Amino acid sequence: MPTFEVNDHKYEVDEDGFLQEPGIWNETVASDFATTEGVTDLTEAHWKVIHYLRNYYLQFGIAPMIRKVCKETGFKLNEIYQLFPSGPAKGACKLAGLPKPTGCV
Amino acid sequence: MAEQNGKSKTKLLDELEKGPWPSFVREIKKTSDVSPTCDDLLGQLELSYEERKGHWKHGGIVGVMGYGGGVIGRYSDVPEQFPKVAHFHTMRVNQPSGWFYTSDALRTLCGIWERHGSGLTNMHGSTGDIVFLGTKTDELEPTFAELTKAGFDLGGSGSCVRTPSACVGPARCEHACYDTLKLCNDLTHAYQDELHRPPFPYKFKFKCAGCPNDCVAAVARADLSIIGIWKDEIQQDDAAVAEYAAKGLDIQKNVCEQCPSKCMNWDGKKLTIENKDCVRCMHCINAMPKALRPGKERGAAILIGSKAPIVQGALLSSVLIPFVPEAELMETLKELVSRIWEFWDEYGKNRERVGELIQRVGMANFLDAIGLDPAPEMVTAPRDNPYIFFREEAAK
Repeated sequence: MPTFEVNDHKYEVDEDGFLQEPGIWNETVASDFATTEGVTDLTEAHWKVIHYLRNYYLQFGIAPMIRKVCKETGFKLNEIYQLFPSGPAKGACKLAGLPKPTGCV
Repeated sequence: MAEQNGKSKTKLLDELEKGPWPSFVREIKKTSDVSPTCDDLLGQLELSYEERKGHWKHGGIVGVMGYGGGVIGRYSDVPEQFPKVAHFHTMRVNQPSGWFYTSDALRTLCGIWERHGSGLTNMHGSTGDIVFLGTKTDELEPTFAELTKAGFDLGGSGSCVRTPSACVGPARCEHACYDTLKLCNDLTHAYQDELHRPPFPYKFKFKCAGCPNDCVAAVARADLSIIGIWKDEIQQDDAAVAEYAAKGLDIQKNVCEQCPSKCMNWDGKKLTIENKDCVRCMHCINAMPKALRPGKERGAAILIGSKAPIVQGALLSSVLIPFVPEAELMETLKELVSRIWEFWDEYGKNRERVGELIQRVGMANFLDAIGLDPAPEMVTAPRDNPYIFFREEAAK
């Protein structure tokens, strides 16, 4: 199992760098993972998306569809890409400590 | 490469090299001098054949900054055994309209991929993209940088507008009823956001075919098929018809009797076509291309809903708009597509194609939602397909 080390923290991750144990997530985890996804500064807007994803995941056990993310957070899709340059699935979900979203290629 | 102590290491795969047809095993082996990953790639596949079990893990998430698609993550689940294909990501590259390349462009593409990936390509994937097979995560950004510098862009993957594709159209084909190459290019540019940043419940494909021969299989694979068609009469050159007959073509047997709507008559001297009964099947035009040509009033029919089988079974397209003149195509499509997407976005389930949504809610409700009136062209024959009920007053 690969590990990801940053700021003296050590995390078990999968091959794409997603947190293996979603249960250990906290806001420090999000800040630690931000460095790998091209996010330099976590603003209020970032947290809004991260907390929404996190809460949805805790309630339903999966990541929400992208349309729901936009509707509930009030951000347009291109604004989400400005916040998380690697995108909602790879970037935002990783920071929110969700397991790797599945989907069709 | 595939031999050890005189014995082949890929016994089962070698079977696929036999016979006169093309063989991907032969092609991959041939590439082994420039592509060091070949032996592990074939080795893993041989293992899959032996164990009857796939060894690619499903669903890696990798990509380039700013894009949510275009790269498909692939990891081996037996990396210790085949370290060279531990990471084997695929990149999709947007092909040019109609797949026209200069040899320079092809060399550039191959050069980029030999520097950054396995060197193996698939020209082309079923959506139409150039497919670059096999690279590591670290190579994705450098490949993307080189591609964009050379004027190429990534294609679509995931729940997005997939790379639109078009047949060769008027560039090489006399049957083309509209400029497929231009429309494909215009669609690609118009929907860049939707292509690179997946916004939908599932994939959405556009395919532009110049005539009902449908060389890009739009009717079978595109969520929105734009198929060239003519409104007036088939152009007929009687002298050329006579020439075909003189050269031995049995017009009665091979043309008239093959016509699905039996709208043609051949009296041994003159061919008459009852154009109002023509269903635009293209058979007679294909049989006598010098004598018969599509009419002069040309445009396209817009069809919706086909897909290949993945989550559910295969579907063919249904007619949505029977005829749009070429000059109005792009404008019509933009308006239509925005209405379709709005409805699909709102009501589509996760991983539900638009054709499946239409099946679920019913064509009549779908038409109502996008503000189109039902038309007789949407059904194969009257009372043949009762998905639309005409009110009594409308039937008169």
